Amino acid sequence: MSDPVTGIITPVRLEYTYTPGVAASRFLKRIASKEIVGQKCPRCAKVYVPPRGSCPKCGVPTEEEVTVADSGTVTTFCIVNIPFAGSVPVPYVSAHILLDGSDIPLVGLLQEVAAEDVRMGMRVKAVWVPDEELAPTLLSIKYFTPTGEPDVPIEKIMEYRDA
Amino acid sequence: MRDVAVVSFVQAPSVRRDPARNEVEILMPVVSAALEQSGIPLRDIGFTVSGSCDYLAGQPFAFVMGLDAIGAWPPIEESHVEMDGAWALYEAWIRLQEGDIDSALIYCFGKSSMGELPEVMSMQLDPYYLTPLWPDAISMAALQARAMLDFGSHDEREMASVAARSRRDAASNPNAHLSGDFDVDVLLKEPYLVSPLRKHDCPPISDGAAAIVLVAGDKAREICERPAWIRGIDHRVEAHQLGSRDLTVSSSTALAAEQAGGRGGAFDVVELHAPFTHQELILLDALSLSNGARVNPSGGALGANPMMAAGLIRIGEAAQRIMDGSAARALAHATSGPCLQQNLVCVLEGE
Ligand SMILES: [Zn+2]
Repeated sequence: MSDPVTGIITPVRLEYTYTPGVAASRFLKRIASKEIVGQKCPRCAKVYVPPRGSCPKCGVPTEEEVTVADSGTVTTFCIVNIPFAGSVPVPYVSAHILLDGSDIPLVGLLQEVAAEDVRMGMRVKAVWVPDEELAPTLLSIKYFTPTGEPDVPIEKIMEYRDA
Repeated sequence: MRDVAVVSFVQAPSVRRDPARNEVEILMPVVSAALEQSGIPLRDIGFTVSGSCDYLAGQPFAFVMGLDAIGAWPPIEESHVEMDGAWALYEAWIRLQEGDIDSALIYCFGKSSMGELPEVMSMQLDPYYLTPLWPDAISMAALQARAMLDFGSHDEREMASVAARSRRDAASNPNAHLSGDFDVDVLLKEPYLVSPLRKHDCPPISDGAAAIVLVAGDKAREICERPAWIRGIDHRVEAHQLGSRDLTVSSSTALAAEQAGGRGGAFDVVELHAPFTHQELILLDALSLSNGARVNPSGGALGANPMMAAGLIRIGEAAQRIMDGSAARALAHATSGPCLQQNLVCVLEGE
């Protein structure tokens, strides 16, 4: 009784065949050809990327497909100072990027820019992996990098700051 | 007790595997049809509650995505049970008893086909002593069937008869996907899958979803010509450890039925959530119904068994028969956990 059992290990492994769904499957297929597609809500006209087949605000199916740009605007960001296995060198910036033509920011990695230079409203564009590495995954976008265009005024992205 | 009724019920036709759609895509038409049938727009629904299981998708908080199907904006009052939707309905019924709201939306979904279901089900067991042994769902049900057969309360022929009747009834249910005309003598010549269970004793693996709208008092009468009133509802749970239970009987069903006012009663229709044939026999023993009620005219879980939805579908099927005027009094049952661990009984009546 002097040595209490403080833990046991019971390995669990389950395999799943994941179904991304109709909308996300189309998004993933098109990503492999460097095209980013979203879906437009028939009621509130918001464009969602990646599309999930529904508008989470209106609760209606979204069917109309809309191609959005691979460039956009930083709506908010954070500076990561803690490295993890396989991470890019710290500090690095993880940002919410509102792609031109979409109404919901996507999370993306910012590179080729010093963390202290990143701003809300900064214009960025996707850097894709080499064509032979393109695949139906968001990893086909290596990272986002500043375009050098003038910043978007903060009022124009207020709506999306915490979306 | 406040009068609460089922006023609308919609289910997705169950399939063995939906290869294209995700849960939200399966769920969305079901929820919108249920709301439309009730005539109550989402913004006027007082409470929303869902039932699902993250282990089915192998994804933490998978149920949160289900909210995309209903449109939770402006923010709604919402809850979730990691259980069959029948228990979500129970929570909604309790919530409606508080009296400050008049309606509730209940929905549930399960894509059982995404993983190895019999193994996924062992995740619901005691994590220290049972899960590491990986007893799969069919083997556990077989332990119960063996106990029942050896006790002598029922035999394999009765089990095969349940299968034959259920599959025959499933043929006229467009939402079921395992049906057919089977001869009991032929079925009994089939080899065992996990002795003493043969393949026909086991439920299919199904992808599906369902939704119900509950409305209280006179508002239900305004919406629905024949609301299916919940006259009693109760659920009881037994011990987690299989070895500490008498698997040949279902004490929790008997007690829940007693509390819900259904034990020993007379019903036009009874919908039992018995995924395995022997479980229907055990449940009927526990209910001791007084007349020859029609059992599982839908084909039950042996015709379609979408995890987390098959229980709510039993309540929906029973309610549907009251709403369409073909039954005046119905009993619905849902189960959860291995070998009928937890059981819910709901008594429904017309006016
Ligand atoms: Zn919308």
